[in-house]
Amino acid sequence: MAFLTTHPDVVPLISYRFGKGATSIDKYLELDGYKSVQKAIAMGPEAIITEMKASGLRGRGGAGFPTGLKWSFVPKQSAKPKYVLVNGDESEPATCKDRLIFEHDPHSVIEGTIIAGLAVGAKMGFIYLRGEYRYLLKIMEKAIDEAYAKGFLGKNIFGSGIDFEAISHTGAGAYEVGEESALMESLEGKRGIPRIRPPFPAVVGLYGGPTIINNAETLATVPHIFRIGGAEYAKLGTERNGGTRLFCLSGHIEKPGVYELPMGYNLKKMIYDVGGGIPGGKKLKAVVPGGSSTPVLLPEEIDIGMDFDQVGKAGSMLGSGGVVMLDETVCMVEFALRTMKFYQHESCGWCIPCREGTDWLKKSLTRLHAGGGVDKDIDNIKYLAENMLGRTFCPLGDAAAMPTIAFVQKFRKEFEDHLDGKGCPYHHSLEHEAVLA
Amino acid sequence: MADVTFTVDGKKLTAPAGTLLIDACRAAGIEIPAFCYYPGLSLQAACRMCVVRVEKMPKLQTACTTAVTEGMVVSTETDETKQARKATIELLLGNHPLDCPVCDAGGECELQDMTFKYGAHESKYVETKQHREEQKWSPVVYFDRPRCILCYRCVRVCGEGMDVWALGVENRGVTSVIAPNEKDHLDCEECGMCIDICPVGALTSGTYRYKTRPWEMNHVGTVCTHCGDGCKTTLGVRPTDDGVEIIRGDNRDKSGINGDFLCIKGRYAFDFANHKDRLTKPLIRQADGKLAPVSWEQALDFAAKKLGEIRDSRGGNAIGVIGSNRTTNEETYLLQKFARTILRTNNVDHHRTADYAAFAAALKGHAGREASLRDFLSARAILLLGNDPTNQHPALAWQVRTNVRHNRARIYVANHAEVKLRRQAKAAVDLPADAYASFVEYLAGKDGGFEANDTSAAFRDAIRQEESLLVAFGSEFRGRDILVLVDFGLSLPNTKFACLGDYANSRGAADMGLLPDLLPGYVPVTAAAHFAEEYGSALPTQPGLDLVQMLDAAGRGDLSALYVVGSNPATRYGIDPSALKNTFLIVQDMFLTETAALADVVFPAANLYEKTGTVTNTYGDLQLVKKAADKSGVRTDFEIIVRLADKLGADPKQLVPFGKGVRADFGQTRGAQSGEADRHAVWLAANHLEPKLSPFDPFAILDEIQRLVPAYDVPRLNLLTGNDEHLKSELVQIDASADRRDLVLPSNDLLYTSGTLGRYSAKLTEVVESHTILMKPAEAAAD
Amino acid sequence: MATETTTIFSPELAARFDKLVTQYPVRRSALIPMLLYAQDEVGYLSPAVIAEVAVRVGIKESDVLSVLSYYSLLRTKPAGKFNVQVCTNICCMLRGGNELFEHCKKRLGVGNKGVTPDGVFSLEEVECIGACSWAPAVQINYDFHENLTPESMDSLLEDYRAKAGK
Ligand SMILES: Cc1cc2nc3c(=O)[nH]c(=O)nc-3n(C[C@H](O)[C@H](O)[C@H](O)COP(=O)(O)O)c2cc1C
Ligand code: SF4
Ligand code: FES
Repeated sequence: MAFLTTHPDVVPLISYRFGKGATSIDKYLELDGYKSVQKAIAMGPEAIITEMKASGLRGRGGAGFPTGLKWSFVPKQSAKPKYVLVNGDESEPATCKDRLIFEHDPHSVIEGTIIAGLAVGAKMGFIYLRGEYRYLLKIMEKAIDEAYAKGFLGKNIFGSGIDFEAISHTGAGAYEVGEESALMESLEGKRGIPRIRPPFPAVVGLYGGPTIINNAETLATVPHIFRIGGAEYAKLGTERNGGTRLFCLSGHIEKPGVYELPMGYNLKKMIYDVGGGIPGGKKLKAVVPGGSSTPVLLPEEIDIGMDFDQVGKAGSMLGSGGVVMLDETVCMVEFALRTMKFYQHESCGWCIPCREGTDWLKKSLTRLHAGGGVDKDIDNIKYLAENMLGRTFCPLGDAAAMPTIAFVQKFRKEFEDHLDGKGCPYHHSLEHEAVLA
Repeated sequence: MADVTFTVDGKKLTAPAGTLLIDACRAAGIEIPAFCYYPGLSLQAACRMCVVRVEKMPKLQTACTTAVTEGMVVSTETDETKQARKATIELLLGNHPLDCPVCDAGGECELQDMTFKYGAHESKYVETKQHREEQKWSPVVYFDRPRCILCYRCVRVCGEGMDVWALGVENRGVTSVIAPNEKDHLDCEECGMCIDICPVGALTSGTYRYKTRPWEMNHVGTVCTHCGDGCKTTLGVRPTDDGVEIIRGDNRDKSGINGDFLCIKGRYAFDFANHKDRLTKPLIRQADGKLAPVSWEQALDFAAKKLGEIRDSRGGNAIGVIGSNRTTNEETYLLQKFARTILRTNNVDHHRTADYAAFAAALKGHAGREASLRDFLSARAILLLGNDPTNQHPALAWQVRTNVRHNRARIYVANHAEVKLRRQAKAAVDLPADAYASFVEYLAGKDGGFEANDTSAAFRDAIRQEESLLVAFGSEFRGRDILVLVDFGLSLPNTKFACLGDYANSRGAADMGLLPDLLPGYVPVTAAAHFAEEYGSALPTQPGLDLVQMLDAAGRGDLSALYVVGSNPATRYGIDPSALKNTFLIVQDMFLTETAALADVVFPAANLYEKTGTVTNTYGDLQLVKKAADKSGVRTDFEIIVRLADKLGADPKQLVPFGKGVRADFGQTRGAQSGEADRHAVWLAANHLEPKLSPFDPFAILDEIQRLVPAYDVPRLNLLTGNDEHLKSELVQIDASADRRDLVLPSNDLLYTSGTLGRYSAKLTEVVESHTILMKPAEAAAD
Repeated sequence: MATETTTIFSPELAARFDKLVTQYPVRRSALIPMLLYAQDEVGYLSPAVIAEVAVRVGIKESDVLSVLSYYSLLRTKPAGKFNVQVCTNICCMLRGGNELFEHCKKRLGVGNKGVTPDGVFSLEEVECIGACSWAPAVQINYDFHENLTPESMDSLLEDYRAKAGK
């Protein structure tokens, strides 16, 4: 059981029903469930999209693309069926928020999915969960069954004359499958290799039909937008960054946990007030603000509002909402290495710069961390990462390159301290390194 | 699509909207590097070598997936793109074994070329490389994982191109590996396309690997000697102690009628030429009944003397001549001329695999109705009746598949077997094996004969709605059935036809008059006047004996001599050896075949890879074959015929009207190196000249063919530069009403068989043995 | 296919698969869930499993192999009865994930991807499992165990071992 953590600044919108037994459809209905979808049915597609645009909701999957705008790209007419695809692959390290939603409020995902379907004329939704989330799959399956039983899914939903089917689906262990086009491949029973774009999923997606792909949190937010109104929702956040989101605080923090906070919430405050600061009176060394692929921030860079634009201006990204605190005891080379091990392990292998680049970065960092590094290695690591950036087939290559560049730039001295056979000054156990090879 | 104008490296270019930038640039001579991009196959955008800077785009773009648009401004070679490519190569080389000195691809490796161009010469990575042992996937395909750069070309050409899908990718990330469909080996058509298309040396050929360096070979573009499709193939040859041997067959030159394609036979089955059982000395049957080697002089003298005696004593009608499906048009033509003018007999025939005569008669006077192999690549609709192209006409099957992929051509298949091309078919009909003729009548609207059903009705409707149609039919159609089929086709708005026969020059054998009743160009022997005029001697005007009649006559003791050139009727027609015991038998062949073993005189002959001339594929595409290999001791059939004529007291100049051209040697005579022949050809072609110096010059005969056979009077320049010319088949002079015995005996060769030649190919034999699937009975594969 | 007579799966699973392939616009979409569920029942993706799954979704075995080798939860060799998956990714690492993994190695006497001789446990170091805010975490046969220490890990393993005895 994963829990949402509370704090006076928390705005319980998405988390409104968490801990209240809303996995049962009756409880969900009691707590305003399936009202938004009925509103949406009454509004019709165009008004739905207008409302979404007014909400200022930006995708919670990482890139922060305006959701209403994305939906508006789906062509009205299509020879092939349209689909809604819920991205619940949640695999970006430091991210554990979609899990909470599936666990506590599965019907909100279903409801959001139906509304998305209404907006674009899709008749079927797929809820894709990462393979590790088996217990959530069971919750989701039960919720879907209940929704069918009540006639909220299937033929003629809510007596509207509209049909909408939904099923849940499990992955089997692959970060890359979270990437939207790889996700479609995976759902079609294939290797998780991304697709060439254009065409974009909104035009040619699942089974060749126009497809909306949204993060689970994004879609779970949708019913709440219709519950309180798009404009109201927008007001909760900052300019062009409407609403709230689930932030996952982890690492060296007194009160780790998932907190629902308004967009634009100050990062420093998030760490020291909401999160209770750094344990053991240690000094903060660095913050990874939005999941492992976002460039690290130094303590002097954290007095910023956590929305897509402000974090972007600070040289990083809001990403998936995973905020990781690193205290002064952390070896940044080891941290960079562990990050790279992940990307090396998860690269789909399709394109050269990512497949080979992540592997060489991992190898070089391993050697450097173990004391086998030479002077030029540091520049070489940076060179490699810079040459991956913007050159790969999908953004996974960027996700591996961006943090690496930042680590070298901001912590060069630490890299240098490992050279000349000295090895890691932080005395970490080194026997561990070969393991994920 | 409408043209758009855009700028690349400062140059204004125009191309249809939607053209891929990489293609548009290449067409304009701006080379954009690429590993994964391959024209005609699906896009990957995986190698990232083709990155270019497109104005107003935030990142570098892959030219292989970017479509040109109006006003687009592109830079292809900037410091930025060069650096990107260099970095990519550096990364590739990180795990690459760099075993170029021993790698088959060394010198013709795209990775080497790119490294050279972008200068990724510094080793940035000091970590250990991943090593894996080389694997043997089949007798002809080896895989060296460390050399693989994962461009997925092999996977695509096998799946999309061949529709075999024997290659895939396993694992992910840096452990990704190309994997064969049967865990550690391939179950496939063994075409070797994957090897051809591999930009590096990861996939290597079982026949070629570790044999030589590419630059140590001469590369000769010629025509495959196996099936009736006549693919262009490039032979890599190298001098040996006793000639010039072929060590590689591949398809470097994609300009041929076969485009990218070559099948297993074209690629690997050249090795019969190097077989240890190759005859290299003439043989004469001795008093003890055994064949013993003799000199060429002795053998020619002996054969000519006997032939002359028989002709003079019993007349030409006592002599029979059986020609070949694999000799050049010039040789075939020469053979019939020799038979008719010097031996004075019309007993001339060959092993017929399709009824070309009936086809010619049906098409007489209809211009542009014969389909070239190229037409199958662009036709909107294709009707396939009988035959199994995947096995019997692999290049045709390739064209059809490619056409379906690229142009969504509509394929209709009516067949009595489950042929693989049905996978591409829009509609298919199962026919009883004996219902082809009635089916065509049904298509033409005559109900009653064919047992129709919903499928066949829909099939018929669809066919009859096609605006233009290519009809390819197999040997199931002969004689009048062909006429009925062609008549039906001509009733549709735009129909072309292809008659599918079996061997490299089966079509040429028929076109060149290796028939008892028809002269070259299907002129009836009864109307031989203009031939007689050109030949300067009278021709027999009574139709002669056909092949079966000759064998019967021999059995009765009525055939005193039989001259067999490049054919093995003993096996093919199951002759009882005793039937020929009273017949003086001369055989010209590469091997001591079952027929040669019965002979009184055996001449060791060169094969199609060891001579120059032309061949005609079954679609009527004329191509030049060029001498690539050489074997000391053997002579071309052309030379042997001329020398026999000479010994028979004929004037060689009358047989071969040489000496009318310029003074140059085509390298056709013995001893000339293949490379020399090639250089001569190039020089002569460049000067618009043709060599006609010697009585062994095939071009002198080609001149005569072009004079006498109007269908063959096509421009010569294309031929000389290695391209194909389509015959003008409407110009044949056959009498359509003639009712003839067709005598068609299909070879029944499949992908891995090729008559007698196939049996002498060690590679084909090895592949057949490695396949668990049972092949057709051996006798079906004999020639 | 005539599932009743030819399947290697339990009747319940076979019935589930029969339904699964009909739920998607194309059969092949059922492939990955099917492989995972089959693995849950059989323990790993044996050649027989691959063969049957291939028939069920209508693709070649080599294609199944190509797909399954992409996904890290899928395995072609048996694991222990309880597969202990220790996350060492960044958030867990910062809170003792590496130490926890080392501890498990010593405790179970096996290395990464090792199986204990009695077949009860297998150990695996894994990437982020989505428990970052409750690190360090392990998953044992899909069950999450979070905020672990070497001590709580010990008692956890003991609980599982006790279960194995039953
Ligand atoms: C390598 C990679 C992994 C990704 N993983 C996830 C993921 O696990 N969950 C997710 O919602 N989005 C993920 N994304 C983002 C998706 O591609 C996509 O942008 C997102 O699902 C869109 O939903 P949104 O607009 O609601 O954010 C990933 C992207 C990349 C490049
Ligand atoms: S960047 Fe390339 S190799 Fe990496 S995950 Fe994306 S497509 Fe695959
Ligand atoms: S050719 Fe464009 S990426 Fe390979």
